[in-house]
Amino acid sequence: MEVLKIATAGSVDDGKSTLIGRILYDTKSLTTDKLEAIEKTSKQKGYDYLDFSLATDGLVAEREQGITIDVAHIYFSTPKKSYIIADTPGHVEYTRNMVTGASTSQAAIILIDARKGVIEQTNRHFFINNLLRIKNVIVAINKMDLVDYSEEIYNAIKKDFESLMGKRDYQEQNITFIPVSALKGDNVVHKTDKLPWYKGQTLLDHLEQLDRKDVFNAGTPRFPVQFVIRPKTDEFHDFRGFAGKVYGGELSVGDEVVALPSQTKSRIKEIYFHDKKYQTASRRSSVTITLEDEINVSRGDMLVKVGDMPKIDKQFTATISWMDSKNMNAGGKYIIQHGVNKVLAKVDNIHHKINPDYSGIDEGVDSLKINDIAKVSFKLNKPIFFDAFKDHRTNGSFILIDTQSNNTVGAGFIN
Amino acid sequence: MALIKDTSHINPLENEAIYIIREVAAQFEKPVLLFSGGKDSITLVRLAQKAFYPAKIPFPLMHIDTGHNFPETIEFRDRLVKELGLELIVRNVQDSIDQGKVKEETGRYSSRNALQTTTLLDAIEEFKFDACIGGARRDEEKARAKERIFSVRDDFGQWDEKNQRPELFDMLNGQIDLGQNVRVFPISNWTELDVWSYIEKENIEIPSIYFAHKRKVFLRDGMIWSHSDYVYQEEDEEVLEELVRFRTVGDMSCTAAVFSEASDIASVVREIRESTISERGARIDDKRSEAAMEKRKQQGYF
Repeated sequence: MEVLKIATAGSVDDGKSTLIGRILYDTKSLTTDKLEAIEKTSKQKGYDYLDFSLATDGLVAEREQGITIDVAHIYFSTPKKSYIIADTPGHVEYTRNMVTGASTSQAAIILIDARKGVIEQTNRHFFINNLLRIKNVIVAINKMDLVDYSEEIYNAIKKDFESLMGKRDYQEQNITFIPVSALKGDNVVHKTDKLPWYKGQTLLDHLEQLDRKDVFNAGTPRFPVQFVIRPKTDEFHDFRGFAGKVYGGELSVGDEVVALPSQTKSRIKEIYFHDKKYQTASRRSSVTITLEDEINVSRGDMLVKVGDMPKIDKQFTATISWMDSKNMNAGGKYIIQHGVNKVLAKVDNIHHKINPDYSGIDEGVDSLKINDIAKVSFKLNKPIFFDAFKDHRTNGSFILIDTQSNNTVGAGFIN
Repeated sequence: MALIKDTSHINPLENEAIYIIREVAAQFEKPVLLFSGGKDSITLVRLAQKAFYPAKIPFPLMHIDTGHNFPETIEFRDRLVKELGLELIVRNVQDSIDQGKVKEETGRYSSRNALQTTTLLDAIEEFKFDACIGGARRDEEKARAKERIFSVRDDFGQWDEKNQRPELFDMLNGQIDLGQNVRVFPISNWTELDVWSYIEKENIEIPSIYFAHKRKVFLRDGMIWSHSDYVYQEEDEEVLEELVRFRTVGDMSCTAAVFSEASDIASVVREIRESTISERGARIDDKRSEAAMEKRKQQGYF
């Protein structure tokens, strides 16, 4: 089974809810009772169309205010794939929610209103998807029905967007332009005769053909140990298994590995998934590994292949997305959770703020507000084993936890 | 023995759920798995077995028993626990009623479903549980679509839906203050069909009420209600014997049946695939209002 997680981004009124509703409707994913509820509520509100946002805005406060406050997860499937859409709000605390939704996604849809073209918000959406190194980005140029399905307008918007692409950091990102009308259902799930000049795929067809091997960024295998399994039963008396998820690459029986931080070497003896033994643990599988030698490994330690060492250091510089209403200050102390490992960290230096609309940087700042993005150096109380985010999407990222409130207050991408 | 080649065919949702369950065991001191005897919590038990093999599941199961369960569910629960050698804690809503902490509802739509919350919160306090693993899924209901995988509850067990921690990448922040607890939802990203397909593939045993059987029922508001001592029934509501099954299993007073001839798992999967009604369309407790689930969750409902 394939699962593809997609983050959607759009400004208010770009038709994001309509697009999601259209996808659900045309893939027959809306059940009769849900559709009836939407019809009923749309009618009560006096709309002469179906307000699909009612299917996604789950909280009372959202329905009252007619806005999306929080990331919602929407599910649909085709015979080929299961899809999860992380629908992120377009305005309030936009950056925080967008970064959150994008962090677990393998593809993103950026919506542009064909009447308005590329606007400042579009820059931000693109910046964040690029910062998060989302491999596949679809630029859906929506409301084509309102511009007479004009090829010229589509091409002009495409050209505008392409001028942004030179500024991006992650150049290998795949970007696909698709003209659609979510309201009329053109080119979303079904092909249309209104766009004879467009030779590409529909939005859904494009998502369907994204190869599962290609949606994750490659890297080197990293195995952070979550839990040590010691059954102490007669049958498994001496069993010591290291439970964890494999990131970035694959690990096989016989591979020579190094345990970090002890730097002790051993070989992989067995790979278990439940009660079956495997030759190879693939990327993103939750397995249990045993080693040839009895070495000291505990939660937060990491197994890596010999010759494939990450950096081991007590300091690093990262790009931070700040998510808390309480400011981050230079000198502040936080807990850094890097995978399953936790360390104490001090903000050593806030180098500069990065404007997410590609308008440059602000120097001389000593604190960060909610939704700010900045380059920050940290000092840690003990070393962690990391890669640069550009080389390893998992082992190069972390979250910041407030030591008093215990809240997750920021996300970081190691430079 | 020849090794199986690679793990790439393994369901990504299964890998995710196992990762989450292991994080619970590692980050918390006293976790518990909330077990209702329904298909979602049965699936959780299988996932927990897989997460810790060859060791046993390192936490107990807990059932908040309304006393109005289907007898088939309770029988199944006891057998499963015995076969797997698991520890089961049962706390009864009846005790909360007897202690005067909650009041039994009366009348046409009376149910003990909402009363469970008090019993659950008391049990969490009694055992000092800091993490409760549950089988809720985001596709079930629109308030649940906003739920986190690690969802923090305050001293009163309440859900602050507007002030939730962001969850990034795979990283689960389980840091809490004393008195707080976390509700954990490992199958958040599964759909109803995913659960059924998994039960089919893994050959997991489930209670017989999920399959078509003859049952005494009555019809009200377009839904099929069980005829039982626990369910309020008007005199003019005629008892019928019909071939039905249940898509979701809760309290008898809040779970409606569907007409079905699906007598084995393959035909159930086929039926779900073709169904045009959502799973919770048969949950009477959700029909109370547009925000029924959100309100119950704020109060500490699972």
